[in-house]
Amino acid sequence: MSINSYDCPQTADATHNPAPTAPRPRGSVSTRAISVLTLITLLGTWWLVTAAHWIDPLFLPPPSAVLEKGWLLMTKGYMDSNLWQHLGASLQRIGLALVAAILSAVPIGIAIGHNRIARGIFDPLIEFYRPIPPLAYLPLIVIWCGIGEFSKVLLIYLAIFAPIAIATATGVRTVDPTRLRAAQSLGASRWQLIRHVIVPSALPDILTGVRIGLGVGWSTLVAAELIAATSGLGFMVQSAAQFLVTDVVVLGILVIAIIAFAMEMGLRALQRKLVPWHGQSH
Amino acid sequence: MALLQLERISAQYPGATEPVLADISLTLGPRQLLVALGPSGSGKTSLLNLIAGFVEPSAGRITLDGVPVKGPSAERGVVFQDDALLPWQDVLANVAFGLELAGIPREQREAKAREMLALVDLAGFDTRRIWQLSGGQRQRVGLARALAADPRVLLMDEPFGALDAFTREQVQELLLQVWKRTNKPVFLITHDIEEAVFLATDLVLLAPNPGRVVERLHLDFGQRYGAGESARSIKSDPRFIETREHVLASVFSQRGVIREQRA
Repeated sequence: MSINSYDCPQTADATHNPAPTAPRPRGSVSTRAISVLTLITLLGTWWLVTAAHWIDPLFLPPPSAVLEKGWLLMTKGYMDSNLWQHLGASLQRIGLALVAAILSAVPIGIAIGHNRIARGIFDPLIEFYRPIPPLAYLPLIVIWCGIGEFSKVLLIYLAIFAPIAIATATGVRTVDPTRLRAAQSLGASRWQLIRHVIVPSALPDILTGVRIGLGVGWSTLVAAELIAATSGLGFMVQSAAQFLVTDVVVLGILVIAIIAFAMEMGLRALQRKLVPWHGQSH
Repeated sequence: MALLQLERISAQYPGATEPVLADISLTLGPRQLLVALGPSGSGKTSLLNLIAGFVEPSAGRITLDGVPVKGPSAERGVVFQDDALLPWQDVLANVAFGLELAGIPREQREAKAREMLALVDLAGFDTRRIWQLSGGQRQRVGLARALAADPRVLLMDEPFGALDAFTREQVQELLLQVWKRTNKPVFLITHDIEEAVFLATDLVLLAPNPGRVVERLHLDFGQRYGAGESARSIKSDPRFIETREHVLASVFSQRGVIREQRA
């Protein structure tokens, strides 16, 4: 009974790992190389215009001054706390908000996608507050909850909650119905369907929701710190601007950008690790 | 005694004027491989969905061992056209999935799953990911998964429809081998006439508008394969060809089936 001739593993592997990028013509440079070149040009221009004294350092300090200030901030500090403390304050706020948002938005998203009544309850609530810029309801949160840490975490939580809940609901609604039927005909109960089929199926969408939510949350956090805070990266930039300490302002903006980029890359890596089947032809 | 019994089944989509299936009676007993063959629109898939319990008939009764069928259940295993496997689990976990749902301890269910993988000639594929498999391999994992839960009957929804002709031939032969060894009654639907004639011990011919049984045949080509004759020798036997042509003519002679005329 030898019918293994069609088990050719090479062909199976070939379908598994399609070339991720189209082959490019010989002699041309990769997109990544072009991007790196752009960044180098930008930094070079920055250095040139400041080194040649074309721009007053009050408006644009030279890269060296920003780096120097960065070192100073890391070791000595600015406004009673050093860079790490500001960074830590910001990261703690977004971290708390993110954990709370995932713990509540994922179950609610599953309920919205799975259950008509839950959809009826939560859909209008989320759709009502989602389009409002978080900073528009920050004053109300401050009136209700004061100016402390809680109101900032609550604000970011609200900003992150909606994208995660909506993405989760979408993921749940688009579960392959054949998979559900397959599980049912293997004896799956309602809860087993949710645990073994619906949640794993929706995981790619949930992670995309977290990615979007984290982006929105980070922008909201920094903006909120600009308005009402005594620590954090946003506060650092804002207070430095009031005293025209431009190098700290530039440095703060760079750190905010780097953190946002790192979070995006980290989540993409997590997505590749947790849902390796996503995007595979199966 | 018949194991699975369909008594005067009719089915209708909500809001539709014509029924999808009208007055279908079928029985499936032990040692039977019942094939429902028909063109698209003849209600084959609806028929399978009724037996699987995914939808309910508008009239008639379906019983398994005398007990009325209600909703999907592990006693009626289903193999789907698009495998419906779970890509976040490896091959072994996919095959053991039904046993996991039933609360069987890991060691026991994995032993059973390995046995089933060997049955479909995929021994050693335990840790492969689903997306690393070819179409034919996936269908065999789907078959092993359905068999691992030890159903009373096996329902197959155009299981080889998406495979290329070469793979299909081989998987058909594998199905006959598995069927002979496990002794599971099989109900299979297909629109491939040669496949139907080759596999079936019992063939029901369906015609569309509304879906109805137009002919029943008792065949033995599958048994001849089981007795050791080669598939090619069976399929080139004049009797096989004659049966195939008869079935084709029978389908085309039905009202509701439009045959394209040569100009």
